[in-house]
This record gives sequence, structure tokens and C-alpha cells, in this order.
Amino acid sequence: MYAAPFSYFRAASLQEAVKLLQELGEDARVIAGGQSLIPLMKMRMARPAALIDINFIPGLGDIHNSKGELRFGALVRHADLEHSAAGVTVPILHDCAAGIADVQVRNQGTIGGSLAEADPSGDWGTALLALDTSVVCLGPEGERTVPLEEFIKDAYTTALTHEEIVTEVRVKAPPKGSGGAHLAFKRSAPVYPTASASVQLTLADHNTCKDARIVLGCVGLTAIRAKEAEAGLRGKPLDEKNIRTAVDAARAAADPQSDMRGSADYKRVLVGALVKRAIGIAARRARGESVDAGHEYAGR
Amino acid sequence: MNMPDAKKILVRVRVNGVAREAEVEPRTLLVEFLREHLNLTGTHIGCDTTYCGACTVILNGRTVKSCTLFAPMADGGEITTVEGLAKEGKLHPVQEAFAECHGLQCGYCTPGLLLSTMQLLKKYPKPTEAQIRKGIAGNTCRCTGYQNVFKSIRMAAAEMEKR
Ligand SMILES: Cc1cc2nc3c(=O)[nH]c(=O)nc-3n(C[C@H](O)[C@H](O)[C@H](O)COP(=O)(O)OP(=O)(O)OC[C@H]3O[C@@H](n4cnc5c(N)ncnc54)[C@H](O)[C@@H]3O)c2cc1C
Ligand code: FES
Ligand code: FES
Repeated sequence: MYAAPFSYFRAASLQEAVKLLQELGEDARVIAGGQSLIPLMKMRMARPAALIDINFIPGLGDIHNSKGELRFGALVRHADLEHSAAGVTVPILHDCAAGIADVQVRNQGTIGGSLAEADPSGDWGTALLALDTSVVCLGPEGERTVPLEEFIKDAYTTALTHEEIVTEVRVKAPPKGSGGAHLAFKRSAPVYPTASASVQLTLADHNTCKDARIVLGCVGLTAIRAKEAEAGLRGKPLDEKNIRTAVDAARAAADPQSDMRGSADYKRVLVGALVKRAIGIAARRARGESVDAGHEYAGR
Repeated sequence: MNMPDAKKILVRVRVNGVAREAEVEPRTLLVEFLREHLNLTGTHIGCDTTYCGACTVILNGRTVKSCTLFAPMADGGEITTVEGLAKEGKLHPVQEAFAECHGLQCGYCTPGLLLSTMQLLKKYPKPTEAQIRKGIAGNTCRCTGYQNVFKSIRMAAAEMEKR
């Protein structure tokens, strides 16, 4: 399959990429890993007149740890994060990175591209919402830092203006006594999940939940913060009754659509089960245990 | 609006250690660049939708699905295709193991599986069962049922450790 013809520009710096976006106008698009954009272009569901390749910009794939903040350049590939120290200290990041698609797609797809694409079934938009995350955007007027909650506006829609690009994703390192998990269920490796859940818990005395973030993926037009579910745990002991209350609230917060991946009812049940498991794993990790978790699919 | 101008551009790569170049339309996929412009037809096109992994090649040390990369994105890169595995007429141990253990039937998926195996064994010279499964999860085989592929990978790992 061939994409419609386009002209190709290679940006040598972030400034040049922004300048090209300005000059080329509405029909130009940035290309990063290309793992969302190229399939769409081959199906002619996207027909940009010009592509601005940012893959050759030096340093854009670096990971920095700066005063309790993890900074991921827009070009950090899922595979870079999968094998990074950041994934060890913040396991929810590893769960997410290591489960996206397959080795080949993870070698190519980027964190910046995932957030810019804002696919409702994408994993980063869900997992990063369980942490304090902000997105650095550069445009002709300079740089601005947008909290992830405000960055993702709707399905496939972000706060980026046409002339802006994502340069960095910043994640506040969780405090001591905090643990998280991102679990997703899918039919095979190279597909998006049917449902996913991200949970980050901070425990006070190994059992009292000081803080909780519960996020649902693939069951709405954007990732959903299940705030009532979080309230069901915050300040309370992590016992069976409170966990059940939280899971029920999470299930109620889901707003899934029936599609080829499953019926709305099925996805609602599935996301509840994922939240329950993610709470269990997050709590064990918060207590210092090392637990292997992530995407589940046949044959894994 | 700027009208798309499909002006051809020069793409230069090193494939299996040899410098190659061609002038192509920017929309040329890497797999087509290899097959149609460089006449390296060992890399296959299966699904053409980023699913099956038949088109897997190694670009700058990492496997990619070459049906999902425009050729100019690989400019300046170092590429290994299945043609680059055998040396001086002698099969690579990974190829020998696939032949020995019946890791293929029709062979359509094989170039991709061989390169995914190369990548897997580079990262994990003694892979666990889970690492093997995860390592080739992006490669679909319609024939073998995968059991003999797993066997081939285990044998390749053992052989390569001996050398
Ligand atoms: C077979 C397959 C399975 C997949 N499975 C999953 C999965 O399970 N979970 C998951 O989360 N994802 C999955 N993906 C998507 C994958 O993670 C993509 O890599 C990701 O969504 C997009 O990143 P990219 O770098 O490839 O972006 P691209 O495809 O290059 O770009 C996507 C969009 O973002 C824009 N863009 C890219 N970078 C920037 C930037 N820095 N600033 C501004 N705009 C930018 C582009 O213009 C484009 O509109 C899958 C993809 C494939 C092909
Ligand atoms: S042909 Fe590229 S993944 Fe199937
Ligand atoms: S051997 Fe026929 S598809 Fe794998």
C-alpha cells in the first residue's frame, strides 16, 4: 500500500521543526516513530502534504533525572524506557513500556508521538495520568508546560496548536511508600488493548492508603480518572471492603463502546477486574515487593 | 497550501555492510526500497499493516517492521536483512537451527523470525521461555504452530554459546 505523495523535510533542530510547521501550514505533519501515522497514511486516512521528520534531531531521545523529576525527550522509544533505570524505580512506567505492541513497534514508537496521537486505547495516556505528568510544548511563541490532564482534550485531540511540537514529557517521581501498576488485556501482541487500568497508591503504614490514583484506559474517548474510586481508598485501610467499593466505582466510571474488541458490558467487567488486580500489585510494590506485571495476552 | 511535491530524494544506507543508495519518492516504504530498488527480495511483505513481522529487518541494531517506515527515515542507517546472515556460503547458527529443528514450513515468515531471533539472542543470550515468547510476539507464522520455532531458538542459543 502506498501513502499519497508528500514532500519530505528533515528537521535538524526543534527550532527548525517549528519553523517548518509555520512555513508549510496546516497540511504539514511531524513524523516521529511513524507507528501510528504511517499505517494511517497507507490506508489514506491521513494525507499530509508534507512530513517533517524529527528523528534526526540530536538529544531528543534522552532521559534525564533532574531533582525528583524524570524528563523524557519526545523521541524516547518505548523500548528505551522498557530497558531504562527509570522503569526500575517507577515500575508503572516499565509495565506500560514493555507491553506496548511488540518488540519491533516498541523499538520505533515514541512517548511524544503516543501522547500527541491521543489514541483512546493508547497506553501512555493512561499510565502517565496515574502520575504527576506534564508535557512540554514548543511553538513560535516559545515553550509552555501543560499538565497531562489538560493536554489530552478528546479522542485524537490535544492542546497542541498546529505550530507546536512536543519536546519533553516530565514525570514527578512518586514519593517513598508509593507503588503503581499498569495492567492491560489484549488479544495478541501487535494490537491495542481491549481495556487497561493504571493504579498508583501511596501507603502510610504499609496498609493505610494516603493517596490513590486510578485511571481507566480504552473505555472512553480519553483515559478516565476514576475519582470516586480513588476517594473510596484515600485515607482508608486497604481492606477487602474498601477495595470492593473502589472497584465498583471504577466500573461505574467506565464509559466503553462495543466494537470488534468486545461488547461494552464485557469491557466494563474487564476493566473492573484489571483495577482490582492493579490495586493488589500497586500495594505490594508500595510495600517494597518486586512484582512482574504488565500486558496480558494469549501466548505471553 | 503547499502542494505536495513528490520530488525524489537520495537515500543512502549500508545494507549488510555494503553502501547502497537510490533516488526514491519520499513515500517509498523501507521494504519496497530494499526489494524494488536494491533488489534484495529476501525481506518479505506479508500483511502490509504492521502486524505480521514478515518484513522485519535490523536498523541501527534494532528490529523494525520495514513496511512501516518511509525509506528516508532510514537514511544514513546500518541495515541487516536476511541476506546478510550467512557468511562465505555458510549459514548463520540461527539459520542452521531453524533448518535443523523444522522451524519453518512454507518459509514466508522466516526472514522476519530469523532477524527477531538475532535481536532476542543479542539481548538475552540465554533466553527464558517467557523471553522467547515475548521476543517473537511480533512475528506471525501460519504454518508451524510455533513449537518448532521455540525449539530452533533454544538450539540457536545453545550453539551460539559454544562458539
Ligand atoms: C501494530 C501496532 C500495535 C500497537 N499497539 C499499541 C499498544 O498496545 N499500546 C499503545 O499505546 N500503542 C500501540 N501502538 C501505537 C504505538 O505506540 C505508536 O508508536 C504511538 O502511538 C505513536 O508514536 P509514534 O512515535 O510512532 O508517532 P507517529 O506515528 O510518528 O505520530 C503520531 C502522531 O503524533 C504526531 N507527533 C509525533 N511526535 C510528535 C511531537 N513530538 N510533537 C507533536 N506531534 C507529534 C504526528 O504528527 C502524528 O499525528 C501500536 C502501533 C502498532 C503499529
Ligand atoms: S508486512 Fe510488515 S508487519 Fe506484515
Ligand atoms: S513457515 Fe509458513 S508462515 Fe511461518
